[in-house]
Amino acid sequence: MQPVYITGDNIISSLGFTSQENFQNMVNGTIGIVPVSDDSLAPITLPLSRVDTARLNSRFTEMVPILKKGFESVPFTRLEKMMIISIADAMKQSGISAGNRRVLPVISTTKGNINLLEEKFRLIFPHKRLFLWELARVIQALFGFENTPVIISNACISGVLAIMHGARAIRNGQYDHVVVCGGDILSEFVISGFLSFQSLSSTPCRPYDILRNGLSLGEAAGTVILSSSKPDKAPAFITVGGGSVTNDANHISGPSRTGEELALAIKTSIKESGLEPSDISFISAHGTATPFNDEMESKAISMSGLSETPVNSFKGYWGHTLGAAGVIETVASAHMLKTGMLIRSAGFETPGVPEHINVISATVAANLTNCVKTASGFGGCNAAINLNRE
Amino acid sequence: MSEENIITGYCTIRHNQVIVNGNITYFQENFINFADFIKSAFKKEEISYSKFFKMDALSKLGFLSTEFLLREKGLSGYSEERTGVVLCNSSSSLDTDMGYFETIRNRNEYYPSPSVFVYTLPNIMIGEICIRNRIKGENSFFVQEHFDTEFLSRYVNELFENNRIDACITGWAELLKDRYESLVLLVERADLAEKSENFRSFGKFGKNTLDNLYKNLTQ
Repeated sequence: MQPVYITGDNIISSLGFTSQENFQNMVNGTIGIVPVSDDSLAPITLPLSRVDTARLNSRFTEMVPILKKGFESVPFTRLEKMMIISIADAMKQSGISAGNRRVLPVISTTKGNINLLEEKFRLIFPHKRLFLWELARVIQALFGFENTPVIISNACISGVLAIMHGARAIRNGQYDHVVVCGGDILSEFVISGFLSFQSLSSTPCRPYDILRNGLSLGEAAGTVILSSSKPDKAPAFITVGGGSVTNDANHISGPSRTGEELALAIKTSIKESGLEPSDISFISAHGTATPFNDEMESKAISMSGLSETPVNSFKGYWGHTLGAAGVIETVASAHMLKTGMLIRSAGFETPGVPEHINVISATVAANLTNCVKTASGFGGCNAAINLNRE
Repeated sequence: MSEENIITGYCTIRHNQVIVNGNITYFQENFINFADFIKSAFKKEEISYSKFFKMDALSKLGFLSTEFLLREKGLSGYSEERTGVVLCNSSSSLDTDMGYFETIRNRNEYYPSPSVFVYTLPNIMIGEICIRNRIKGENSFFVQEHFDTEFLSRYVNELFENNRIDACITGWAELLKDRYESLVLLVERADLAEKSENFRSFGKFGKNTLDNLYKNLTQ
């Protein structure tokens, strides 16, 4: 299959404003989820993973005049700022320009600017900005993208789906570069919903652990630049291989009982890459740390013949970042392959899932060549993609 | 193998009307709101599926469009893993988002409900269609300001070309307050569709046919 190269990437999260900063923090074992008491987000104190607001605003103020004149006094939302900084950093690495018909922007988000429903924003931003295509248009205008962004909003698999869509759009010859940006912010809207589901953990989340009791929410933006040609001077480069999406056809808010649909997505992605399960060096799974999700994943991983393959979830570091999750976790997986570091699954101590899986309990150096990134979400959706080191 | 994918059925719901394969199947003359209209259309179909009443308005629109679409010619003959659902709209789940937000706007009247919150994602509509019809293949939801027929037809045709699916439920399902419109189609690989007895073709699945069907809908 025609290789699709990652030629630039970025992560904006509680653990930093570049991929390297985020990755180094994870290597050091830093956790970005901390107790937050903020009445504008939730009526109670909760462990959350937040992007530093002061740093976000100063970075954004520095950057806008460089990108485009005339936008200095235009108000941007928190999510737009995160996405714009993220895209700018990744595009700089790739050296591509937006004003080119062969460059496609793809945006992944679940809730976009949903905080604009709140009273305090109503006078600053027009109602229209709640529509995802308006968010996309603002980003398109600022960068001067020639193509209208494709917007994917498919619950928690949005980010993985966006990368898969981008890779397919390059393979069919339609584009030379795809800029995939995923993002979601913490809002009262989303937090209240997960609280009502009683699915939030009272401590930083602990994927696959016996003591896990729910997820931690986070906010982030991430970007991956996919290209049809190799990056210029990289010592090792990462390609995106096969990918697959499936549906459980079982329940809108609960995972499959058997895990066979996620297993189907994993197996299809590996087969499409021309690989065998034994070629997979690690799995970066979804691992939200809700009892049922992690249980289902253990069944799916085992069913895919990957019981002994090292597995982690990045959610223990920066929580569940919804539409950003698939993108930033793919970026982190790419950096694992590139640096040859297996990153520990934070929060995991004692196995607590029904099927045996090999959860990474300590960060160690290893020879890594291929990995599977998975995601599962509300609506019964599952997605898996492969990354390879060339 | 045939290179073509054909439309073997379509359903549009708009202006208190349900149109299946070009024929008006259900019509409410008096103006009623979407909630009442869709309930009356559901009851007329005599579908026994109590989950319908728990769905949000957008899911009801997509779900019922699919029910009417598959009424004559179902998905029999296709495996669940090789059937896909690809839908798009303009407002995502904003209609339900605004309703949900009212339940948390005021701390003195704070009653967020998980059964409402779950519908604040547009792909839940896809989930409902998959559960009802046992569909497990490729599924994705896209948001576009206006129905991008070129994008959708290219995307779905490629799923066929890359041998990921044999049949697909696809189209547009848009709803915001009492403004709603759907155009949901069944697309099948021509060589497989031709094997079925009651097979009808409404043309090759592509931008032009999709544009014509959508133009009829919005006239």
